[in-house]
Amino acid sequence: MSGHDHDHHHHDHGHDHDHEHPRLSDLQLRVKALESLLVEKGLVDPAALDVFVDTYETKVGPRNGAQVVAKAWTDPEFKKRLMEDPSTTIKSFGFEGRQGEHMVVVENTDSVHNLVVCTLCSCYPWPVLGLPPVWYKSAPYRSRAVNDPRGVLADFGTTLPDDVEIRVWDSTAEMRYLVLPQRPDGTEGLSEAELADLVTRNSMIGVETVAYPPRQEAAE
Amino acid sequence: MTAPAVQIDTLPRIPVDHDGPVFREPWEAQAFAMAIKLHEGGLYTWTEWAEALSREIAAAQAEGDPDLGDTYYQHWLKALEGLVLAKTDLTLDQLLKRKNAWDRAAQRAPHGEPILLPEDEEE
Repeated sequence: MSGHDHDHHHHDHGHDHDHEHPRLSDLQLRVKALESLLVEKGLVDPAALDVFVDTYETKVGPRNGAQVVAKAWTDPEFKKRLMEDPSTTIKSFGFEGRQGEHMVVVENTDSVHNLVVCTLCSCYPWPVLGLPPVWYKSAPYRSRAVNDPRGVLADFGTTLPDDVEIRVWDSTAEMRYLVLPQRPDGTEGLSEAELADLVTRNSMIGVETVAYPPRQEAAE
Repeated sequence: MTAPAVQIDTLPRIPVDHDGPVFREPWEAQAFAMAIKLHEGGLYTWTEWAEALSREIAAAQAEGDPDLGDTYYQHWLKALEGLVLAKTDLTLDQLLKRKNAWDRAAQRAPHGEPILLPEDEEE
């Protein structure tokens, strides 16, 4: 990975998007066909569907990712394995994606902040983050994350020093990114479980940092 | 409370944790939500739904599906398609045409653009 100064790092490989983004699966297509026809018939309300799916998005998934992050903060050996071989290491938690799905863990530091997007659709690290939030799938987020990452961060109340480089990672069907946020100061005395409670879904997408004590909203 | 008034536990072997249903992929949650919303809208009773789903699961098992939970929502989707075709004026032909239209749209969508269904490909 080159460390040049551009505001975002796309994949270096070519523009063969059929390869980067395989077609939607047969099941995804059937669901989209059914949903779009039912919406047109007025048999289901798309907004109601979104709300419903949203209620499940914070369950299970993000807690998996938070456990991985908290362990990486407290166990240097684990962190080393996680950075070197994320898919296998995450699998050791029992969080397994589909075949052919590779996880990449990108670490935030004092000089680099990582932000994850899927500009084409809504590729998302399922096994560790659960259902993607509605805003992640929205067209404004998908385009602005690339064009104006600092603006997107500001929308989430996140401001970073000007000298922090922001790297934007564009997910694909084969490559899923998990941000390893920075461990906040003052948390030296916390247990792994207490640390995991601080880690929000948004911090693992990269639109927020992890705060201690936790922010009001993050505490739900 | 916006929680749907359905008896999840009447469904055969639905994957759940202590908080409720769990999903492996987004389309599973979308299929789940559609089935609940159509029931709430009165398209079918919950008993009809549970029976349709059970039939699909039984049929899949008869065809050799080991049914370890990972195929659950495939059966769910099939049951949903079946009930929608039986109870609305949507036809199988419409479903297939629309599916093909989404397939073409997905392949055509340039990087960075959302997948949209063009007007002229509807129906």
